[in-house]
Amino acid sequence: MALPKHASPLERIWHYTYLVICALIFLFLIAPILIVIPLSFNAEPYFTFTDKMLSFDPEGYSTRWYDLLLTFGMNAPGAERDFSWWSDAWANAAWIKAAKNSVIIGFFSTILATVLGTLAALGLSRPEMPYRRAIMAILISPMIVPIIIVATGMFFFYSSVGLANSYLGVIMAHATLGIPFVIITVTATLVGFDHSLTRASASLGANPTTTFFRVIMPLILPGVISGALFAFVVSFDEVVVVLFVADFDQQTIPRQMWNGIREQISPAILAVATLLVVVSIALLTTVEFLRRRSEKMRGLSPG
Amino acid sequence: MADVSLTSPISAPTGAALTTADGKPLKAALASAQARAKRRAFFLVLPLLLFVLITFIVPIGQMLHRSVHNNSFTEHRDFGTNERTPIMTNLGAWFDENPAGTEPDEAAYAALVADLRGLRELRAQGQVGTRINYDVSGTRSLFTKSARRAERLEPPFKEALLDVDEDWADPELWRAMRDASSPYTLNFYLAAVDLTRDETGAVVQVNENRRVYVTLFIRTLLLSALITGLCFLLGFPVAHLLATLPLRYSNLLMILVLLPFWTSLLVRTTSWIVLLQSQGVVNDTMVALGIIGDDGRVQMIYNQIGTIIAMTHILLPFMVLPLYSVMRPIDPSYVRAARSLGASSWTAFRRVYLPQTVPGIGAGSLLVFILAVGYYITPALVGGSSGQLISNLIAFHMQDSLNWSLAAALASLLLGGVLILYWLYDRLVGIDNLKLG
Repeated sequence: MALPKHASPLERIWHYTYLVICALIFLFLIAPILIVIPLSFNAEPYFTFTDKMLSFDPEGYSTRWYDLLLTFGMNAPGAERDFSWWSDAWANAAWIKAAKNSVIIGFFSTILATVLGTLAALGLSRPEMPYRRAIMAILISPMIVPIIIVATGMFFFYSSVGLANSYLGVIMAHATLGIPFVIITVTATLVGFDHSLTRASASLGANPTTTFFRVIMPLILPGVISGALFAFVVSFDEVVVVLFVADFDQQTIPRQMWNGIREQISPAILAVATLLVVVSIALLTTVEFLRRRSEKMRGLSPG
Repeated sequence: MADVSLTSPISAPTGAALTTADGKPLKAALASAQARAKRRAFFLVLPLLLFVLITFIVPIGQMLHRSVHNNSFTEHRDFGTNERTPIMTNLGAWFDENPAGTEPDEAAYAALVADLRGLRELRAQGQVGTRINYDVSGTRSLFTKSARRAERLEPPFKEALLDVDEDWADPELWRAMRDASSPYTLNFYLAAVDLTRDETGAVVQVNENRRVYVTLFIRTLLLSALITGLCFLLGFPVAHLLATLPLRYSNLLMILVLLPFWTSLLVRTTSWIVLLQSQGVVNDTMVALGIIGDDGRVQMIYNQIGTIIAMTHILLPFMVLPLYSVMRPIDPSYVRAARSLGASSWTAFRRVYLPQTVPGIGAGSLLVFILAVGYYITPALVGGSSGQLISNLIAFHMQDSLNWSLAAALASLLLGGVLILYWLYDRLVGIDNLKLG
């Protein structure tokens, strides 16, 4: 986007204005995510920068909200922080419970969505697949249909078959919501897949199972892992279905946050938000790394 | 692969079709091989298809059924024993015998009293009252009150019931009971578009002060269109910049678009609450800069403005990514050629560059619009009362007013609209071209 030497003054002005506009839009995109990080270290229960924070006075900062995340819901939060304190926190603290639930539900729904989704993507990317377009449309639709409709439907259905208020129900619901992301990512990886490799493997005497695990799988693995990470994030971030089909026992982090935001919002929410931002940065880095690796492996990218 | 025998000309009669080694005609062998490949592809997809069918299609279908089917006037279900008992049978029989519009006579009232006594035994008067209350508001207490006294009523029942409450003579109430005596009804759809039936059964608009749904549908569409427009205005320059920068830089800047995309929705919504509160960062900054006085803090959250800002931020990546993937392959030499032929930079942009980005604009706008129309979480948290969308009303009827049939009717109208847009998206863009980062 370099400006040519012969650009007129007006064009120069426009060019720099344009860059400023873009910078502002990037600021709009990123500032709301980064702003919660310093605010979560606020010593006061406010959502704004206090004078002490602005003058970088260490007294203006504290980790009390992170501490609250640990102690909230504990039997004896004031006790000395020895082994029994930590085991109390592990067993009773509300946010730790929610985190455990989030990870359990996220893990199993990701496995379910990834296994089923990868198999289906393999079928869908074969040229001889019948009704490809219609089936693809059905499988992607959980991403498009408004979440409240999905949650409403699942509430009635799961109540009638006895899956409501159970881990299995939430896991199945979250897997359904994660499937479109797995399908999209894995089929995108398979677009550049060279099918002569599978034929070569077959002609060398490998049966379909060996071909899958020794030839196809290593090549599409980056795409599968990206899809799995997407599915995990979808489940990790999902709140509406949890609101409708889960019970108190299946409280997840987003559900706990939802309560916090609706009832009384405290900087403890910002501490959770900061931790979640860190998680999303880690996930994004992984996915970008995998994407580049996959592109390199398939020779799509210059570097 | 069926192996074809090419040594057959000697043995095969002249003029016969080519055959495979095991003697099958080549054409048939090919067809069966293709059918096998088809089946194999289909069986790979089948498990997922079944899973989605059970966890997704069936529940939604069941919910749609609920929008036309409500049996709370005809059947009582005991939640303890799960036993189903038909209720309001006497009145149902009277409705069957007498055509619509018949003045309710003593027999009708006698049937009603008998049914009310039945309700009292099953404790189902609340359920029936609620059902009629959906159609004719203020009638729930009528049923509970009359069922309580039904045991002591003596013939003639018409006078006796009118003595309890003279609202029993209301023809609209009788019309509503007649409608409800059949479990299948379209009345919930009528209610979802602010229509109702008068005492003769004709479709009319509801009272002006109770028309909420059409307004809300229109508001949802307008806000979604506005948010799509804002996303386009913000997304286009950014996508253009990313597409024209060398890959090294654009990949770095892309992270600024993808990070919001990967960050929890609740986190982003929380940040906007923090930023936009009247004691929040944006207002504080404006006060510190002297743009507004301390008493003139702008209310930007818990209203429509909050919904618009937060949703634009959340949906912006869905606009930038399709635009970027269309803009990246556009050859810059077209614009250069236009410039060298004498076009001003604006003309070159408008006549040469912009038309090439139309597929991306279409894809991004449709996707953002589809997602915006059904949005629930953000409006629920930052929308206040003026920033609520149709999804929030569905949730209200599901969780608070417990009028599930109306919620289902509203949901199926919303679903219908979204599916039409989805079909359009598939036709114009193709679902295969959906990209995530």
